[in-house]
Amino acid sequence: MGYIDPHIHMISRTTDDYERLALAGCVALTEPAFWAGFDRSSAQGFYDYFRCLTEFEPKRASQYGIDHYTWLCINPKEADDLGLAREVLQIIPEFLSSPNVLGIGEIGLNKNTKNELLIFEEHLELASKHNQPILVHTPHLEDKKKGTRLILDAIQAHNIPPHRVLIDHVEEHTVEMVLEKGFWAGMTLYPETKCTPQRAVDILEMYGKERLCMNSAGDWGPSDPLAVPKAILEMRRRGHSKMDIQKVTLQNPLAFLGQSPHFQTEKILEESAE
Amino acid sequence: MQKKFTCPLDRESVLNLYFLEHRSKLLDIAAFLDRVDRAQPNEKEDERLKIFYQALEILRTKKEGRAKAILNLFSDPTQNPIPTAPSKGACGVYLPPQKED
Ligand SMILES: [Zn+2]
Repeated sequence: MGYIDPHIHMISRTTDDYERLALAGCVALTEPAFWAGFDRSSAQGFYDYFRCLTEFEPKRASQYGIDHYTWLCINPKEADDLGLAREVLQIIPEFLSSPNVLGIGEIGLNKNTKNELLIFEEHLELASKHNQPILVHTPHLEDKKKGTRLILDAIQAHNIPPHRVLIDHVEEHTVEMVLEKGFWAGMTLYPETKCTPQRAVDILEMYGKERLCMNSAGDWGPSDPLAVPKAILEMRRRGHSKMDIQKVTLQNPLAFLGQSPHFQTEKILEESAE
Repeated sequence: MQKKFTCPLDRESVLNLYFLEHRSKLLDIAAFLDRVDRAQPNEKEDERLKIFYQALEILRTKKEGRAKAILNLFSDPTQNPIPTAPSKGACGVYLPPQKED
């Protein structure tokens, strides 16, 4: 049975990881634009990054039979520089017609500053103008709850339908407000700072399997690209049904991602059944 | 929203699966606190440690929703966006900004 990893930063991973993902059953993944671990010095740096996400990574993934999709934005960690952020916002539309671009993401907040919120809202306007789905990063650790609230309020104020938005990195204290308002929710399986596979499965047991997805967010920090198959194993160990596992790791991502006309739902369904 | 008995396993099976792992995690916490005590104290007690002990109190007294309650304890309770951030990172618990004397 195949699965989808809806949030993984393959630019930070080696080609060996594509092989390991394929062996574990990953048929498609989506890679949101994010912070490189240091601030880029110009919009040109982002232009090159977007080329990597739309040209190079899909090729690397296809060698292992994995469909690669992406989301574009300037991430909240660099959005505090308004001048740079607005320059990057201007170059995004030229990439939106690339066949593997699904929408705008991962936008959101980091330290919940006024500038971050301003640029988040400008991304929402861009997404609305071009009718793009949205992938949202919620802040880390002590900043998550406040940031999630500010994010949900801003999206509602911009009249964006919640089913077009996935709010990522939810944990026990934020999942309820996200689902209650009709958004999709993503649980990021990190060894230390977000959700472990065990806690993610606990959340599924407490809040149900509607509109919930799981991802590895594998990146350049301590993270595990095989975190989703590990969560699948965790569900199996507890006796969850094959159908429930498939719902969370394949059907739910298909339903959310399939809102983009670029996402090839039928092809991925076929591949996942092989 | 939360229903009772949503885990497909019975309690004995949960303990069979997870007891040893969490026994070990509990000892890690105990040894970590011993390690802190064996270290030279600083001028001011670290706020993170105070909040850590409050979290342990939640484990001891609260009956359900413990993970959520601890995450809430660690969270920034303020409502409005801040003018600027002192750094890009987060330390794991909310520490109110220091007032300048
Ligand atoms: Zn990410």
